[in-house]
Amino acid sequence: MTGIVSVQNLKKTYPGGLDALKGINLEIQEGEILALLGPNGAGKTTLISTICGISKITEGKITVGGMDIVADYRKARAMIGLVPQEITLEPFETVINSIRFSRGLFGRPKNEEYLEQVLKSLSLLDKKDARVITLSGGMKRRVLIAKALSHEPRVLFLDEPTAGVDVELRKDMWNTVNKLKKQGVTIILTTHYIEEAEAIADRIGVINGGEILLVEDKDALMARMGKKKIRIDLVEAANNIPKKLKSYDLDLAEDGMALTYTYDTKSERTGITGLLNDLQAAGMQMRDVQTQQSSLEDIFVGLVKESST
Amino acid sequence: MNFQGVRAIYTFEMARFFRTLLQSFLSPVISTSLYFVVFGTALASRIETVDGIEYAAFIVPGLIMLTVMTQSIANASFGIYFPKFIGTVYELFSAPVNFLEIVVGYVGAAATKSLIIGLIILATAFLFVDLDIQHPVAMLCFLVLTCLSFSLLGFIIGIWAGNFEQLNLVPLLVVTPLVFLGGSFYSISMLPQIWQTVSLFNPVVYLISGFRWAFFGQADVSIGLSLGAIGLFTLGCMTFIWWIFKTGWRIRS
Repeated sequence: MTGIVSVQNLKKTYPGGLDALKGINLEIQEGEILALLGPNGAGKTTLISTICGISKITEGKITVGGMDIVADYRKARAMIGLVPQEITLEPFETVINSIRFSRGLFGRPKNEEYLEQVLKSLSLLDKKDARVITLSGGMKRRVLIAKALSHEPRVLFLDEPTAGVDVELRKDMWNTVNKLKKQGVTIILTTHYIEEAEAIADRIGVINGGEILLVEDKDALMARMGKKKIRIDLVEAANNIPKKLKSYDLDLAEDGMALTYTYDTKSERTGITGLLNDLQAAGMQMRDVQTQQSSLEDIFVGLVKESST
Repeated sequence: MNFQGVRAIYTFEMARFFRTLLQSFLSPVISTSLYFVVFGTALASRIETVDGIEYAAFIVPGLIMLTVMTQSIANASFGIYFPKFIGTVYELFSAPVNFLEIVVGYVGAAATKSLIIGLIILATAFLFVDLDIQHPVAMLCFLVLTCLSFSLLGFIIGIWAGNFEQLNLVPLLVVTPLVFLGGSFYSISMLPQIWQTVSLFNPVVYLISGFRWAFFGQADVSIGLSLGAIGLFTLGCMTFIWWIFKTGWRIRS
């Protein structure tokens, strides 16, 4: 099924010759929150800018709500709201005029009631007539969100919404994002905070060097994360895994000097005691035992490293 | 056509103008009054008439043109440069508006501002001299066309400029000399023959001459030539802007 945002084989080369995106394929489903994780310079912002029409497509195709973003740019863009990474606001204008401007720019007729509702949901209603320059950093960021929401978009892009934002504000932002999701808005956010992706996303995409390395359901990813490994170094090399131990999820190292046992920390019985007893019964002597836990961070770092080499 | 979009840009830009009302209106009015005092009063006692027109009255069209041209460029260039400078320009590029709508919004607002200023200066002029405008409709048309074409030029400068210095560079080094040497304060027939010929390469000469014709019924060059020149200039600016948006020059990577 084609998603509300569909990116097909998207390539982007900057005039300097930098290949910022190298054939991205991405389907974003209506109503979901997708977090795009990646280190600095991975191509997150380029991807978002290209979908939003700020950056030109070198090759490939993007549709939003079934509309081609080049051929049907008016219809496609009218569905998109963008919150940029940097705080960019006309400093001397009032909050309400700034969002009125955005609404008009996207071709929507006046609707003061709706705009007030947006401001209210972002706790900005009392700052309606304040000049942007008088607001705090967190408020300015919310004004940016209000601008992006002013024309009732179906898809909202948040480019690093919590970069440089303190912990409390970050939690606020997550609440806001969840509220928007409940209203049916599809949300794509980029971040390099793994905990942020964990906290709010339905799906997680990892991007590095202009390529999407993985897009996976967060829960599936978390399940992988919930796994733990025990590495047992043996005194003597084993040729194979003894029959008695076949019921365990074991891997034998190539040199036969170590066994790796993978288990689920969340299950009621981890099977560790049984394994250790059975190892002894099989006459295998242990030199050392280590445990390792894979985290989203490990998965992420691993993927990024792999793709960089 | 996204009329809401055009209106949004226009309203937002006009709001900037009214926010800085004092600076927007007062400064051109004060500087023009100073010109009247210096040129109209001090020099008028020496020059008395040019082509049979009282000198103080003679400089009125040139003064209005001088202010309208510089204000159009200043307003339009700043209008598009400022969003580029503070980064809000992303919104324009991600919005369902095309280049024509963006230009109509920004240039329309800039031209409106300078038209208002031009009319205010005209009103101020009546305080200093007796004026009898012979072709009021033509005068207004010339004024509007000048506001539009120079706002278009300003828009181009605003797109081109990479910093505030460049923003002021073109007006300072190109436009101001052209306007001053374009016969704002004199008739080019007062110049030696060689400089008269050189002056004919200055596009501003045609604008000021045409504008002066609308006031007094006489001019340095024919009214048709003036109209042709301003038409050509407007067309040139529009073509250049069309090219800018087609290629994304200086605005889109």
